[in-house]
Amino acid sequence: MLDLVWLIPLFPAIGFLINGLLGKRLGKGAVSVVGPSAIGLSFLTAVLIFFELIGRTPAERIFEKEIFAWVVSGSFKTVIGYQIDPLSMVMALVVTGVSFLIHIYSVGYMHDDPGFTRYFTYLNLFVFMMLNLVLANNFLLMFVGWEGVGLCSYLLIGFWYEKDSASNAGKKAFVVNRVGDFGFLLGIFLLFVHFGTLDFTDLFGALQKNPQMISVETATAITILLFVGACGKSAQLPLYVWLPDAMEGPTPVSSLIHAATMVTAGVYMVARCNVLYTLAPLSMAVVATVGVATAIFAASIGFCQNDIKKVLAYSTISQLGYMFVGVGVGAFSAGIFHLMTHAFFKGLLFLGAGSIMHALSGELDMRKMGGLRKKTPVTFWTFFFATLAIAGIPPFSGFFSKDEILWQAFSSPHGHFLLWLVGAVAAGMTAFYMFRAVFMTFWGECRADEEVKHHIHESPRIMTIPLTILMVLSIIGGWVGIPHVLGGGNHFHEFLAPVVGGAEPGKAHAGISLLAQAWASSGEGAGHSAALEILLMVVSVAIALIGIGIAYLFYVKRPELPARLAERRRGLYRLVLNKYYVDEIYQVLFVDSLKRLGTGLWRGFDEFVIDGTVNGIAYFLGWISSVLRRVQTGLVQNYAFSILAGGVVLAVYYLLRSLF
Amino acid sequence: MAENIGILFQWLVFLGMAFTSIVASLFLITRKNPIHSALLLVLNFLCVAVIYLLLQSQFIAVIQVIVYAGAIVMLVVFVIMLLDLEEELRSGLRLLYSKVFGVGLAGLFLVAIVYSVAASSLTGKRGPYTPDKLQANVKAVGEVLFTDYLFPFEIVSILIVAAIVGAVVLSKKKSR
Amino acid sequence: MTIPEVPPVLYLVLSGILFTIGVIGALTRRNALVVFMCIELMLNAVNLTFITFSRFLQSLDGVLFAFFVMAVAAAEAAVGLAIFVLVYRSRGTINVDEVNLLKW
Repeated sequence: MLDLVWLIPLFPAIGFLINGLLGKRLGKGAVSVVGPSAIGLSFLTAVLIFFELIGRTPAERIFEKEIFAWVVSGSFKTVIGYQIDPLSMVMALVVTGVSFLIHIYSVGYMHDDPGFTRYFTYLNLFVFMMLNLVLANNFLLMFVGWEGVGLCSYLLIGFWYEKDSASNAGKKAFVVNRVGDFGFLLGIFLLFVHFGTLDFTDLFGALQKNPQMISVETATAITILLFVGACGKSAQLPLYVWLPDAMEGPTPVSSLIHAATMVTAGVYMVARCNVLYTLAPLSMAVVATVGVATAIFAASIGFCQNDIKKVLAYSTISQLGYMFVGVGVGAFSAGIFHLMTHAFFKGLLFLGAGSIMHALSGELDMRKMGGLRKKTPVTFWTFFFATLAIAGIPPFSGFFSKDEILWQAFSSPHGHFLLWLVGAVAAGMTAFYMFRAVFMTFWGECRADEEVKHHIHESPRIMTIPLTILMVLSIIGGWVGIPHVLGGGNHFHEFLAPVVGGAEPGKAHAGISLLAQAWASSGEGAGHSAALEILLMVVSVAIALIGIGIAYLFYVKRPELPARLAERRRGLYRLVLNKYYVDEIYQVLFVDSLKRLGTGLWRGFDEFVIDGTVNGIAYFLGWISSVLRRVQTGLVQNYAFSILAGGVVLAVYYLLRSLF
Repeated sequence: MAENIGILFQWLVFLGMAFTSIVASLFLITRKNPIHSALLLVLNFLCVAVIYLLLQSQFIAVIQVIVYAGAIVMLVVFVIMLLDLEEELRSGLRLLYSKVFGVGLAGLFLVAIVYSVAASSLTGKRGPYTPDKLQANVKAVGEVLFTDYLFPFEIVSILIVAAIVGAVVLSKKKSR
Repeated sequence: MTIPEVPPVLYLVLSGILFTIGVIGALTRRNALVVFMCIELMLNAVNLTFITFSRFLQSLDGVLFAFFVMAVAAAEAAVGLAIFVLVYRSRGTINVDEVNLLKW
């Protein structure tokens, strides 16, 4: 079964081809079956492979399948090949599973859209590319998937391309991603220069046998460059600006691409390269710092946003920051764990937002919502549980994953107390603004227009069933990673350990990270006690509850308080409402200056020099010929004269030559 | 003594003929009436034919008189009479400003020729035809013409046929 | 004391003078027929040169060349005069300055 790993990306590829080439002819019915079922088959294959993988001992949980040799040039060889190990299977399951649910949801959500076929074509293409990214066994194929998901993101953000704002947002996403990809490419080049190969097992294996193979400076350079790529793809500071604009796309797209899968590619990449990162402590500090800064920065913007999708977008940026904190302090499995739970609850939150918009005939502004609790119960309960999960309330999934990260930030050899503190504050802010959204949307009086109020209805079952399934996953999804201190086996961490480190000695295989030696056992580093861990857990839950309480106060009990606070601190309010003017700063700093440079070069060089030279040569030749044409007088005697002149010249020349 | 007289006679004939031909050609290029020019051309040809005789080329001298002075100039005279030339064209040499250059250039050419001829002696491989052999001129010419130069001879005959045909075709009046 | 024979230099100088006069005539006269006559003059001068060299180098190659030159000159005269007749018929004039359509 493991041999058939190539089926996992194949099904979405076939779906893409069928939908793309034949979709218009087959009609909506066929497309709505082909699209989701391609992903469903993919998911099924992934599950079967997963069970077979579990059947093996941890040391043997690695399998590579080469499809064909892609580039063979001199000593450089790259293949199209897939690698099955715990990390890639976790990612594959998350991607295919959540995609499957979102595809089913989309059949209902996009039902009336004229671009129905195009939508599913792009979506299938996206899943294909994403699967290539996570299943690849070398950097080059991973980069292909990396670029491919960027392309699909552009196509899907600008899905309603007639709207200027949508196509601009698509372009912005692509260009900002490009900046990150440039760093990524440079990192890949450096890797090739130093190792001569881009294959994961070869590269990391060589590095583990001989950690002195590259200097710390080189490792730092490579990892920082790779992280630049992750910043672009996973929307960290300063390359996050595309994600809020990406909300122009259809809501299921936001859910799938910009919450559950594409944006997590950066985290996956860092986890995959854990061997490299552990050799460069400086880069890990950079990763963790950028992550925590992003987390709190985005959370602060979420306080004042009135568009429900924008709130969720900033929340995604913030949670991605958490994941990077996790991998930045060496807790790679904790980062992946949060990735998984985040896919569940954030995917659900976006789908729920879509459901809310569906109920309110497309309304996005939370100030015009309210009181939907009774009218759309399924939407309400799913959204509510997802918000509890994101706020980090036990026993929901978000609590375990977020808490694991916070604990590692505190206790790991790469961690720091400040990281924990800022992370905890951001957690509280998360709880606040998420519940703010919940209260504004579902509690109180309905502030919508009369016309809209009459049409409020629950979404059809094809949309609510995926919501329910995701809600269940958000609740129980965290139970695979219950830490030791609470009595669980932390199975998630154990499962991923052969790839990312932290396993008990003797259970590891050749692909084990260098942290295996540094770690005592999971969660208990350098002498921190279990009591401290439980204390920190209680503190984070308390902070979350305080956040929820403040939100309740502001938006249910005393709704006039927010307005009064905004009045008192008008300047600060305006600053946060306008996202700290970052977009405007970028516009002035980069966009306008580049535009001016381009215009200057165009006028000054292209028009003046190049066109001038080419046109000048043509004009010059024309001028010469207009002068020379006067030789053609048509008079025979003139011609005879010139013949004579030539003859005389020759004669005189030879004469003089013989003279001297 | 007798030789001296012979050579003196040669000198006299040469100088006379040379002077006459030069004068004739100078007049030729300056006459208004083209008929005058044609007649002067005949005189020039005849003088040159005599000079050929001095050079012991009797054959060529006779051919010169028959072909050049006899046929070609006759053709020219016929054409002059055929075309009704207007008065303006009967004018003589007009030395326009631009034509001074042509004259000057020709003069330069003459200087070059004269210098090159006078400055070096006659070099070249000597052939077998001494003046004694050249007594039987036609026979000697015939010997060489029909052996070494047979091919050009045939080609020239074709050329003349082509010229005849061309002349006839060109001057045909268009048939109605 | 024997008077020297007429040296070849003189014949060649004579030939050069005749040629130059022919050149001047060909460049300056406007009547096409007179130009043609000057061309014949030039050919004649060249013939003289050939014969001179042939005599003084004791070969017959120059003589034969002059012979062929004459044959070609005759052919040229025939065709050239026919062309003059045609030009006169179509343009009404035989002034070389009038036949100048091939100009810029």
